[in-house]
This record gives sequence, C-alpha cells and structure tokens, in this order.
Amino acid sequence: MQAVEVNNIRKTFKAGKSVVTALHDISFGVDRGELFGLIGPDGAGKTTLFRILTTLMLAGSGTASVDGFDVVKDFKQIRKRVGYMPGRFSLYQDLTVQENLSFFATLFNTSIKENYDLIKDIYIQIEKFKKRKAGALSGGMKQKLALCCALIHKPSVLFLDEPTTGVDAVSRREFWELLHNLQKQTITILVSTPYMDEAGLCDRVALVQEGRILGIDTPEAITKQFDQVLWSARAENMFKLLTDLKAQQEVNSCFPFGQEHHVTFNGSEENARLVETRLNQLGHKSVRFEKINPGIEDCFMELMEQHKKS
Amino acid sequence: MKVISVRNLTKRFGSFTAVDNITFDIEQGEIFGFLGANGAGKTTAMRMLCGLSRPTSGEASVAGYDLYKNANRIKENIGYMSQKFSLYEDLTIRENIRFYGGIYGLSLSDIRSKTNLLVKKLKLEDSINSLVKSLPLGWKQKLALSVAMIHDPKIVFLDEPTGGVDPITRREFWTLIFEAADRGTTVFVTTHYMDEAEYCNRVAIMVDGQVEALDTTGVLKAKYAAKDMGEVFLQLARKAKRGDG
Amino acid sequence: MRQFLFFVKKEFYHLVRDRQTFFILLCLPLALILIFGFALTNEVKNSRIAVLDNSKDKATRAIIDQLEASRYFDILEYIPSNDKLEATFRSGKIKLAVVFPPNFNQELLHTNTATIQLIGDASDPNTSNALINYATAVIMDYQAGFRNAAEIPLRINTEIRMLYNPQLKGSYNFVPGVMAMVLMLVCAIMTSISIAREKEIGTMEVILVSPIVPMRLVFAKMVPYFLMSVVNIGSILLLSVYVLDVPIQGNLVLLILECMMFTIASLALGLLISSISNSQQVAMLLSVVVLFLPTAMLSGFMFPVENMPAVLRFISHAVPARWFYTTVINIMIKGLGFEYVWKETLILAVMTVFFLAVSILNFKTRLE
Repeated sequence: MQAVEVNNIRKTFKAGKSVVTALHDISFGVDRGELFGLIGPDGAGKTTLFRILTTLMLAGSGTASVDGFDVVKDFKQIRKRVGYMPGRFSLYQDLTVQENLSFFATLFNTSIKENYDLIKDIYIQIEKFKKRKAGALSGGMKQKLALCCALIHKPSVLFLDEPTTGVDAVSRREFWELLHNLQKQTITILVSTPYMDEAGLCDRVALVQEGRILGIDTPEAITKQFDQVLWSARAENMFKLLTDLKAQQEVNSCFPFGQEHHVTFNGSEENARLVETRLNQLGHKSVRFEKINPGIEDCFMELMEQHKKS
Repeated sequence: MKVISVRNLTKRFGSFTAVDNITFDIEQGEIFGFLGANGAGKTTAMRMLCGLSRPTSGEASVAGYDLYKNANRIKENIGYMSQKFSLYEDLTIRENIRFYGGIYGLSLSDIRSKTNLLVKKLKLEDSINSLVKSLPLGWKQKLALSVAMIHDPKIVFLDEPTGGVDPITRREFWTLIFEAADRGTTVFVTTHYMDEAEYCNRVAIMVDGQVEALDTTGVLKAKYAAKDMGEVFLQLARKAKRGDG
Repeated sequence: MRQFLFFVKKEFYHLVRDRQTFFILLCLPLALILIFGFALTNEVKNSRIAVLDNSKDKATRAIIDQLEASRYFDILEYIPSNDKLEATFRSGKIKLAVVFPPNFNQELLHTNTATIQLIGDASDPNTSNALINYATAVIMDYQAGFRNAAEIPLRINTEIRMLYNPQLKGSYNFVPGVMAMVLMLVCAIMTSISIAREKEIGTMEVILVSPIVPMRLVFAKMVPYFLMSVVNIGSILLLSVYVLDVPIQGNLVLLILECMMFTIASLALGLLISSISNSQQVAMLLSVVVLFLPTAMLSGFMFPVENMPAVLRFISHAVPARWFYTTVINIMIKGLGFEYVWKETLILAVMTVFFLAVSILNFKTRLE
C-alpha cells in the first residue's frame, strides 16, 4: 500500500456560466518515506489536489487514499494523520511564535514537549524569537514556524503547498535541507512548488500544468526523456541573439536561460553549424554553441509545447 | 545618461535601519536587477525610489526629478508593477487599460490606439472584453507589464513580476522586458529566480540594508568565483546578520 | 477540557491584542447611552415656557403651580395679552406657551368642560412635541386629582393631541434598545467576523485538517464575547441607574438571565452568518443588514411596532430583539415579574435553540 494513491481524480469549478476543469482525471502514487514534488505554475491545480487529499474538498469523480484511508469515507482518520501547510500564510499574526505552536499542538491533542524531537532542528532556529508575534517574522522564519506547526503532531504524511513561494534563495535552500532531514524520520512528504530548480531536490516529481500531469518520474529519468539535442548559445548581444535565433527556420525552439539561450534545431546537427555561420555573418561576436544536458525546466517546456500541439 | 542617481539614501523605522546608506547610478536603457533576501530592504528602497516613502536622509533623483521636491513628477515618469497588485480582477482588459491610461492622463484617442496596439501585440484580441480574473496568471502578468508602460515611462519598476508563472510565459515576459530596454526604457526589477538575475545588465545585491555588491553579472561571477548568479547570491546573502527584521 | 480552555485563552489573546477593537467594544455602551441619553433624547428638563392667563382664577393658578412645580418647566414669563404672544415666541426665549381662555374655572364648573391652548414652536418639532406632551400630562394630572374630589367628572380639553408616548417614559425606553444593539454588535457581528478572519488567513484550513471537531473551536470563540457581553450588560445597567436615574423596577436576576439568553441567541446568529460568509467584509455587511438594522429598526425601540406597516410588523416577529426589547421594558421599566414575560421568554428561547441548531448543522467541515 502506498502512502498516497490517486485514481482518476477530476475536479471542476463553476466560474460564472462556464465550468473550469481544475484537474483532468489525475492518477499517481506516492511511496512511503518518499519526498514527492508537484512542480507547476500557479493555476496548475496543485492546491486543489492538496485540498482533495487533505479532505478539505470533495473530488468530482475518482478516488484517492492517504495512508490507506479513503479521503471521503475515512476523512476523520486522515485528519488525525496528516500535516498540512496551506499556501497562504496560515498562522495567527497576533499570537507569538510559542503561542502559535502551542495552539496547533493543542489542536491535535498533543504538546510541544511530546514531539519536540521531531521539530527540534527547526525550532531551535526560531526559538530566539519565541516571544515575537508571528506577524513580525520575516518570510523564511514564518515558513519555518508554519512547518513546525504542521509537524507538531508527528504526521505520517506531510502536505506542503508552495512552502517556498516568495521566499528568497537562501531561505529556500535551508527549507529544503530541513525537508531532507525530515524525510529521514520516515515521513512521507508531498510538496508543491512553482520553482523548477527545486525539482532536483525531490525523489520523484510530477510536472503539472493546467490540471494535467505532463510527466511523472525521478528528476533524472525525466530529463532523459528529452528527445532532442539541446544546445546552449551565447554571444555578446544576447537579446539580438535571441531575436536572430528565433528568425532562423532551422531553429525549433529558443528560450533565454539565464546567461545563455537554450536552442533545439530541426533536422540534423549540421543545422547547428549552419546557423552558427549565419549568425557570424549577421555580425554577432563570439558566438558559441555547445551541446548540453537538459534540465527539468527544459523538459517542462518541451512537454508544455507537446501538450499544446496535441 | 543617468536616469536614477542615488546618494547615501537611508530609511529608518524607529531604531531599525531598513535601508542603510545606499549609493548607485542607473543608466538609461539598463535592465537593473535588485536582489536581496527577504527583509534585506529591497522593498523599502524601491518604495522610496517610486516616491511612495520619504527617505530619512540621503539624496536621490529619479527620471531627472528630485525625490524630495518632485515626488509627483517622478510618478508621472515611472511605471510600477508587482506580483501582488497589478490589475483589477473584476474589470475587463479594455477597462483596465482605459483606467490606467486615464490615470496617466492619456487622451481618449491615445488610449484607444494604445489599447489596440497592446492587445494585438499580446494576442489578446479575442478576450479584450473578458474579465481579467478569467485570464491565466502568465497572461495577466504580461498584460500588467504592458499596462504599466502604457504612458511610455522612462523607468519601469517591477517587483517580483514573474512569481508563480509557467516557464514559457516567464520567458515571454522577459522578452517584453528586453524589448522595452531596447527601446530605451530603464527596467528596475526584483526577483527570486536566480536565472533571471542573469538577464540583467547589472545587478545589485542587498544585504542587511546595504548594497553589498553591484556590477555586471560577468564581473560578479568572476569576483566570487561562482558559476552562476545563484551562487553569488548565496555567498553574499549568507553573510546577513540581521536575517530577521 | 484542557484543550477547550486553551482555545478560549487563544481567543482572549485575539480580543485583547486588537487594542482598537477591544477599546471600541468596551466603550460602546457608554457611547450609545450618552448619545441616546443626552443628545437624541426628546425629554426636556427645565424648559422655559410662557403663560398667558386670561382667566386668573383658582383653577388656572392651580394648573400653573403644577406646571411650575414639575421639573420639566420653568415659567419664564407671564404674558399680559394675546398680541404679545407672537413677539415672545419670536424672541426665541420660549418653546411653548400655555394659554388659558377667559372664565376658565367658571366654564369648567358649569359645563364640566374647558379648553387650554398649548402653542408649541414647531420650528423644533421634536422638542415642542415633547413639551406639549409633558404639559398635557401635567394638566391631566391636575384633572385626575380634581376628579377624585368632585362628584361629577370634569373635563379639561387641551387643543393639541397626544402624538405618542402616552406614559411619558419615552426617554427611558432607549436603555433596553441600546442593550439589544450592543449585544447584537458584540456577539453576532464580532463572532461572525472572527470566524471569517480564520478563513481569510488560512488557519481554518489547518483547523479543518485536524482531528478536532471544529465546533469546539467555534464555541471557544464565543466565550470571550459572551463574557464581554456580560460586562457590557453590567455597564449599561450601572449607567442607566446612576447616570440616567432609571431605576431597575423589576427583578435584577431575572433581567440578567434574560440578557444572557439574548446573548446566546446573538452568538448563534453570528455563527450562522459566519457559515455563509467567506470574508470579514461579507460577514460584517451581512451582520449589519440582517441583524443590526432589524434590531435597531424593527424591535420597537426606534419605531413602535404598533405603528409599523403590516408587512414590517409581520417581519418584526422574526426579530429576536423585538421579544427581548419587550421583555426588558417589562422587567426593567415597568417592574413586572416573570408571569408577564414568560411568553416572550419562551419565544426567545425557541429562537435561540433553533439558531444554534441550524448553525451547528450548517457548519461545514470542508472548504466548499
């Protein structure tokens, strides 16, 4: 039995006169002790899926179970077993760090002392602010406190809805370190994020877009599925390079990627050389093409385009 | 030509110095990245430059106007867009464009022609009369950027403009930024995506209210022996002492 | 139980840490009592009036003495003749003139009926109305005393008519009204807002995804507002006794018990509102429109229920404040016992149970 099983979950919402489908018959499973990532932009359906799994919403059709319990029938059992951190800042701004934590401990009929081991690593980082109101904490600290609150009852499955959104790169990295430590304590963790670079930190990921799963596998396996040769391109004037590359008929796709552009070509590899010469003729200086290995973001974009076509 | 010139700008809230004596210049047409951890003072600095918050001390001129004397003239010459506040969800695309055009004193015929231009460019012709809330997030953000530049401002301030946007739209968004810079608009942008930092001509990294590093991405990477801007940022931001403000 | 107590403690933190709201809620009874008691009251003390006595006999003297003796009037001037009357009004010194016709006593004794003219300054209709009412009451008082002494009933007509407020206690009726309004505000509006706030900041999501029965938390939410209401009831009663000189005529314990029941009804209504509103704004507006306005307008406090159009009178039956208001008037002002208010109490009790039941059944354990 897997920690989370999702079978053909569909969810629709009424928006005025039209009906919006938030989830299109989604199925997947998460193993025990796995750190599973739902990667996708806002509006992909991540929050809706989490709400269905945490028994906050009912699916339109399909079934799902968490820790072996059905999300509809056994919702009370699930509520005892899961930890949930919603996307919104879900703490009491006017209560102190300690009061918030005590409140959530009381909510689950436990105490801070009882499960202190589990939250110790996180809590010592915010302990010096324990008398401070939660509203006065910075983004990273709030996130850590919210995580403590979600862990205080030693859940078997932890749902974290976009815990790192709007958080700076340093705090994000620290947060992921915490998650890896938690994983060692045999907690199954489902985490959603819009940051593609965080996919590599998960055991397995599902790439979601517009209510559909585009791909689901380990990050390495996903990048292996990329079926084209990916090139990085550099030149002195990167913006001009982008427009000129897009104008070439041999170029299949071209996206800016940090300090370089990622390009795929139609046809054979010869075309890369062809375009390179042409760019030099167009007056570009120090043009450099290099074959590279694709990342999750490349794959995500390729899958998006494929999906758009089909 | 310098469009933003900042000298020893400081903002204190009580005993807390949110922005501590920062100094920099930004050239016209530059894409200027403004990075920093949460609580480093980015937002406060940006608010001062937009004329929304009065500095405690220091000098600054934005778009050629003094921050203290001509805050209102500054507002006429800048555009502002943030992830949190941009467009009215319960107004249609046309109504939003019209509203912001009106705010910046554009004539009705100007607004009309701008609307057509903008909608055509973003390929939104079919949904011009639909409510903004019915658009996907990425489209909203692209629209919001275009609306923020409807009055052809000299400078546009973008506060985490691409948060949560899908990777393809995020790049389309940046293409809009490149185009604006190419036309001579100065772009002042904050972001949490480190790959986006690479798109900037120059990057300033704030730590504990001070500008800890400011240079082109190439120089910064060489200086900190980093393979990308993400590493540069981590090295600098880890130095932060106040961490929590 | 330990859990419940902690929840209550948490609610107290919320209440006390929002200093502005806390202060407003505590001062609300004081503000309302002062506004209704002094600014908006139609009771007028020591008003200056003029008397034109064309008869100058035993009866007119007696009536004038009684007018003077009442705490409502100060006789400023005795006007010698009709033609001076207008000038006196125009000077603005008086709001009311009492005019006795010639041969007043004689007429009264011979024809058993006589007429007094009461002339009010209608530029201030509220005050003049009130004054006319008081003057009429004084005259009626005189007539009543007279009637006891004489065999034949005598009648003094006043040329105005009693417009409202026959018992002349109008000025005190606002105390029960204020009580209903304050309790509605503190209990219903604050409860619904505070639950809606949990939905807004996202804590409701976490609470729902926990093993506790959400109702337990909701009941904990009610405790601070209930206690706050008890404090408010106390302060209103103290203010009315010591500042407004409105004594509590009936049984204090009964009165307080009735107030508590109304408090619980209001809390249940607040809960009901919160179950259908997802933001503080909606909760606030719904409470004001559905609860607060009917409490003010349809309870009989501002406009007598008997004078309402049939439709509104019908609707007023569903307004808990109407029954509460009548109950409090009867106990506090009229000094009546439980045997006179059991009907209203029963209706209120049924309503309370009904609202509580509906709101508990209606409470959602999911987000939609």
